[in-house]
Amino acid sequence: MAQLWHRNDLLLMGVFTLAVLAMPLWLAPFGAGYPDLLQKLAIYGIFAIGFNILFGLTGYLSFGHAAFLGVGSYAAVWSFKLFTMNVLPAVLFGTLLAGVFAALIGFISLRRSGIYFSILTLAFAQMSYNLAYSVLTPITNGETGLQLTQSDPRIIDRLYVEATSGLPSTELFGLKMSGYPGFYFCAAILIIAFFFSVRIFNSPFGVKLLAIKSNQTRMGYTGYNTRPYLLVAFVISGMYAGLAGSLLAVTDPLAGAERMQWTASGEVVLMTILGGAGTLIGPLLGAGLIKYFENVFSAYNEAVLHQIFAMLPDWLQSAMVFVVNPFVGEGWHLTLGALFVLIVIFLPGGIMEGIRRLSSLVRRIIARSRRDGLQAA
Amino acid sequence: MDAILLQILNGLDKGGAYALIALGLTLVFGTLGVVNFAHGALFMLGAFCAVTLQQLLTISKRVKDESITFFDAYKETPYLEIWFGDTGKTIIDFSVPLSILLAIPVMLLIGFVMERGLIRFFYKRPHAEQILVTFGLAIVLQEVIKAQFGANPVPQAAPDFVAGSADIGLWFGLGEGLVYPWWRLIYLGFAAVVITLVFSFLQFTTYGMVVRAGMQDRETVGLLGINIQRRFTVVFGIAAVVAGLAGVMYTPILPPDYHMGMDFLVLSFVVVVVGGMGSLPGAVAAGFLLGILQSFSSMNEIKSLIPGIDQIILYLVAVVILLVRPRGLLGRRGVME
Repeated sequence: MAQLWHRNDLLLMGVFTLAVLAMPLWLAPFGAGYPDLLQKLAIYGIFAIGFNILFGLTGYLSFGHAAFLGVGSYAAVWSFKLFTMNVLPAVLFGTLLAGVFAALIGFISLRRSGIYFSILTLAFAQMSYNLAYSVLTPITNGETGLQLTQSDPRIIDRLYVEATSGLPSTELFGLKMSGYPGFYFCAAILIIAFFFSVRIFNSPFGVKLLAIKSNQTRMGYTGYNTRPYLLVAFVISGMYAGLAGSLLAVTDPLAGAERMQWTASGEVVLMTILGGAGTLIGPLLGAGLIKYFENVFSAYNEAVLHQIFAMLPDWLQSAMVFVVNPFVGEGWHLTLGALFVLIVIFLPGGIMEGIRRLSSLVRRIIARSRRDGLQAA
Repeated sequence: MDAILLQILNGLDKGGAYALIALGLTLVFGTLGVVNFAHGALFMLGAFCAVTLQQLLTISKRVKDESITFFDAYKETPYLEIWFGDTGKTIIDFSVPLSILLAIPVMLLIGFVMERGLIRFFYKRPHAEQILVTFGLAIVLQEVIKAQFGANPVPQAAPDFVAGSADIGLWFGLGEGLVYPWWRLIYLGFAAVVITLVFSFLQFTTYGMVVRAGMQDRETVGLLGINIQRRFTVVFGIAAVVAGLAGVMYTPILPPDYHMGMDFLVLSFVVVVVGGMGSLPGAVAAGFLLGILQSFSSMNEIKSLIPGIDQIILYLVAVVILLVRPRGLLGRRGVME
């Protein structure tokens, strides 16, 4: 058998699986050990991994990925409404529909590159968003958002159980998808999604995508038609977004058009860049950090800050609160924006590049001290 | 007939705003080669210059209301009114036009600081990174504004004597049905004046001629001993001023809030792409053209024919243009095709 797995990859997958499954344990001390947030971390992790397959490998900056997230959500909720509350068909349906959408939009957008590609994807995403708000209201339920109702047909479920009075909840063969079961479902899918992304990064296909990023013209001269590769990458990436969108609907069966707005597309760009585009773990880190700080920071207010700085002398405490207050709570987007600007300026490789630089620095210091030790001896 | 004329006016009006923003965007792209996603934020900052001035002018004191004698009533009276009486009132009434005077130096300064402090480090970096850093900057700017002025729109009033509508129909003998708000007419005229100023600056002054030469070939201009970099910084400042003025004058039409810049940014990028990246006349023409297209597509007759067309028309046009004629309507051959 050909070398299917490098040992490093196996190790990475193993550590990753353990880390994801143990997230409730090791995130608890940071105040993030509750299922609601954990689900979000896993879902946006998937979104960012998918975006990274496009941006990290090919360098094509899409500013319209939220459209696929929205399509996935809508498709999943419709699957809940029409067929069954089981989550598997919903996830499948959402992912596939997003894939079809991505194929359509990608086919057109990929005719251009660079900034034009960004603007084309942005235009398509804005079109979807505007349509979802206006003409497509019968499908998307406009501003209210698509929700489950009592009168939904749910054909498959009706064959087995009578309709009850309350709204049903999403389930996986009887297991309710809220709280920790919901998180573990998302986590399992995250692990699978990560596995696929590792495989893509290491495959000849992934290498070709990287080659497109470094020099598309030369790639053409070597006899490759680059467009099909780009389109496949775009569709895969769109399907990841659809998957994330349908998981959002699984954990909370509700879909709104604001998920498709271009600020949402901007968010996944932020996540990927913050963590490190083109690395395996980076986008996940970025997504996790942003979602974590969004939840934790936005809960801070002046009173909480006073508690945090309680050990300082009074005047210093007030000063610290005064300085920090604009950056937390309502203002946490300010922190995010400023952090993002700093990252793009000083660390274009994101957190992962920071880690790499730090570790090489540490290694150099260790080597030097060892050499000095030898000389002394 | 009236309806069509009205839509054309509406379109020109909206197009005026698009054209002003797109003009600055293109100016920056043509000179510095930078894709500036923070340009919408400059528009927003301009609008908040007007808000700031209005708030400064109406700093008030509680004064006893003498007209009510049954009980002690107080009302907020601006200091200006206390000091200058009716003159003060008039000054407050004219706060939006007066804001232009404030906005020009402020926006020029903001433009210089932005260019010297951040943008200049990104000339040589890929477009993707320029987009990212300016996008981040836009977030920071709008969050600062949100922290200062709150998340709700702050309505601004146009001066009283232009509050109503103009009977355009009567002027041209087309019947009384055709009326149009004064302020929107003024906006249209203002946009035309600013655009003319920018073009004549570039076309008829030596300074502008050098800038145009630099847009063609900056290296040669540099070799002739001209500090082209400094001129481009000035151009960035001018672009910021143009965006800011567009924002100031737009406040009576649309109450400014902190994310108005982002909304306009996406549209003005569409305008720039349709007009042709780096082409100034293209940006202006496309601005007005798209404005008119948009206002026509929002007519009921057309909406009933193609539902939802008013929501997507601009993006649709952009997609078609990008695919069929990638350099845009008036773009030069070979520039960013």
